[in-house]
Amino acid sequence: MTADTVVPPIVEMTGITIRFPGVLALDKVDFTLRPGEVHALMGENGAGKSTLIKALTGVYTIDEGTIVVDGRQQSFSTAGDAQAAGISTVYQEVNLCENLTVGENVMLGHEPRRGSVIDWRRTHAEARKHLVSLGLAIDPRSSLASHSIAIQQLVAISRAMVLEAKVLVLDEPTSSLDRGEVELLFRVVRDLRDRGVAILFVSHFLDQVYEIADRITVLRNGALVGEYPIAELPRDALVTKMIGRELEDLATLSSSAHREIDRSGAPVVKATGLGKRGILEPADLEVYPGEVVGLAGLLGSGRTELVRLLYGADRADEGEIELHGAPAKIHSPLHAIGRRISFSSENRREEGVVSDLTVAENIVLGMQARQGWARRLRRSEKDAVVTGWIEALGVRPANPNALVGNLSGGNQQKVLLARWLATAPELLVLDEPTRGIDVGAKADIQKKVSELSADGLSVIFISSELEEVLRLAQRIVVMRDRRKIGELESASTDLDGLIDYIANEGEGSAA
Amino acid sequence: MTATAVRDETTKESRTMKVESFLGRHAALMPTFAALAILLLLFAGAEAFLRGDFITPRNISALLLDNAYLLVLAVGMTFVILTGGIDLSVGSVMAFTGILGAKLLADGLPVVIAVPAIILGGALIGLVIGVLVQYFNVQPFIASLAGLFLARGLAFVVSLSSIKVEEPAILWLQSTRITVGSWYITPTGIIALLAVAVAAFVLHLTRFGRTVYAIGGSESSARLMGLNVARTKVAVYVISGLCAGLAGLILTAYSGAGYPRNGIGTELDAIAAVVIGGTLLTGGRGYVVGSMVGVFVYGTIKTIISFMGAEQSWMQIIVGALLLLFIVVQRAIVARSEGRR
Repeated sequence: MTADTVVPPIVEMTGITIRFPGVLALDKVDFTLRPGEVHALMGENGAGKSTLIKALTGVYTIDEGTIVVDGRQQSFSTAGDAQAAGISTVYQEVNLCENLTVGENVMLGHEPRRGSVIDWRRTHAEARKHLVSLGLAIDPRSSLASHSIAIQQLVAISRAMVLEAKVLVLDEPTSSLDRGEVELLFRVVRDLRDRGVAILFVSHFLDQVYEIADRITVLRNGALVGEYPIAELPRDALVTKMIGRELEDLATLSSSAHREIDRSGAPVVKATGLGKRGILEPADLEVYPGEVVGLAGLLGSGRTELVRLLYGADRADEGEIELHGAPAKIHSPLHAIGRRISFSSENRREEGVVSDLTVAENIVLGMQARQGWARRLRRSEKDAVVTGWIEALGVRPANPNALVGNLSGGNQQKVLLARWLATAPELLVLDEPTRGIDVGAKADIQKKVSELSADGLSVIFISSELEEVLRLAQRIVVMRDRRKIGELESASTDLDGLIDYIANEGEGSAA
Repeated sequence: MTATAVRDETTKESRTMKVESFLGRHAALMPTFAALAILLLLFAGAEAFLRGDFITPRNISALLLDNAYLLVLAVGMTFVILTGGIDLSVGSVMAFTGILGAKLLADGLPVVIAVPAIILGGALIGLVIGVLVQYFNVQPFIASLAGLFLARGLAFVVSLSSIKVEEPAILWLQSTRITVGSWYITPTGIIALLAVAVAAFVLHLTRFGRTVYAIGGSESSARLMGLNVARTKVAVYVISGLCAGLAGLILTAYSGAGYPRNGIGTELDAIAAVVIGGTLLTGGRGYVVGSMVGVFVYGTIKTIISFMGAEQSWMQIIVGALLLLFIVVQRAIVARSEGRR
């Protein structure tokens, strides 16, 4: 770590505070970045990583604090400002234009010109030069859309090179890459580091962080936990720092994982060979009364796809579904709701809450769907249900007339949960119900799921946070590459066992 | 022998790969080529049907003359549609600027004042729409609909009835025929072709033009890439307004009068021509030359129908069918490029 004392920092952020309506997203956070280092920014979902990055890259304006780049105090109001100051960003979802060529995407806005006329030959030659310097031998005249996400990400990095970025921000660049592609990316990152570029790296893969980073800054709930050289922060210490208070909060939760489930009767739902070509290989799934079945696997492993087929949101092209032992067909979500199956989507904003409606209106939507649109729900009935659930789940503010769009993520999720619980389901499917919400809300939701299942509700629980799945579910179905690879009893495994199973359980040995 | 077979195989493979990479690079050109093919088909069909009376220098020259105003409108519309927007105001703006010019001339103002007033009047309305779209976050459809009503209203404020233009400089634009054999072109036709050429230059050889395409591809990406999205988006509506003003001038010269009811529904003709010419309504893909082909397809259908003495309603039915065809073709292209990843 020679960079420590010798080189002055290129980015110094001090006392950064950002407020969103009702939420303190960042609370006096300090962050420094030095040339020639890979600096990992770590924290759980909702810790404020993205907010900090967006403050640095000019997408959000800061409410308090100072940003000093290269010795000069800056106040960015657009992404262009940050780029002009030498800060380039590569986002998880590649932010390039697919309708243009690779070379154009690299050079856009910086094309060599004669007068004001773009010199296309030199543009493409220069693009090729930058691509090659990153070890990319692709035709700059080919269309961007014809390349994989990994290549597109490298193209985005080439673009940063054109801008002569002194700071390169990589926001979850590896989440959709395979192992080989990650290697390629890391080779480029190391190369840039050696050339003196300061790299801010965000990833939720610990292995990758330990592979590439020199220094780690940990955020938790919008506040700074600390900055550490990687050698001084072993993995378990990092995880503790990241989840910190949550451990204490959630430790008090009675784990429902060890509850005995009576599997002698007919399952509430039983799917046999449920699949759809190109989406999901045929998979079996059964859920018994009062059981919480966890679906574990990486993003894109087929978890969501499986439950969407079960719920009728997508049409399966093979397989059977039995409800309480009787064959059933589920054609549509409405059909599923009528059969007392409810599904809360992972896309809270797009497929979940209706931001422009109030809390109360959002909650009664599910009931109304079940009732049929023509039959009115009685007002007193509605009010009773709404206030009941607001209280039971602790929605804040406890105001049925508040617009859902103004609520925090955690409270939106509670409203969504209330909506589906109000339909009195027998089977509740929760897809990432705790993603990106604060710890308190997370604990509330887990507690509620645990309680309701103890009272006989069947739950399918999908989460990327494996601890959560292990804590709640009695049985865990593991998915990988759009395929079910097996099932585990929670009681007989632990986190390491589950991670190992997700990562390594081989072909054919699955149940 | 096996070696030759293998080599055959590989050359065949590389040939198909070449074809594929060509198609991959130029997928966006396909709808424009399709439009060109349809235009040629229309020509050939009409020629056969009318026994050689259709493809004559006179007819082809008239095609440009009769559709010069529409061509200019389509050029402006192409800029807007490439960013993913729409401009419904251009028909009305053309009527307004036309009648405004006629009125100014009738009031005795010189051409050097009237003509800039016509063109800048259009640009001004475009500016208002652009500002509404960009800074007040109004949907382009609604903002330009407001522009449509505003301009039409203003046209009626200027005059309720037609105003004849007797200014020789204006009439010269229309009556001058530069002839080569039995081909001819009028200054209005030259203006229209120049508009196409300038637009093609701007779109393909300037940073502004590339920003237009980038915005159509992904506005948020364009913004994050540090391109000046706000200025560009306002500018495309100004360009569209400017073109509508220019079209107003051409139409006034063409009909020898300003008339406040001119161009009702012409904005839809312009949009149809742009779409037929292969520009994606969602933005980011298309060519201004395609829009020119689109205008000629539109004009040719009109000519054929009047030649055949059929009802003009057939015009709309055929244009409708063509639009439908092109939108389906475009969807297929978009779906293919999405499916490739």
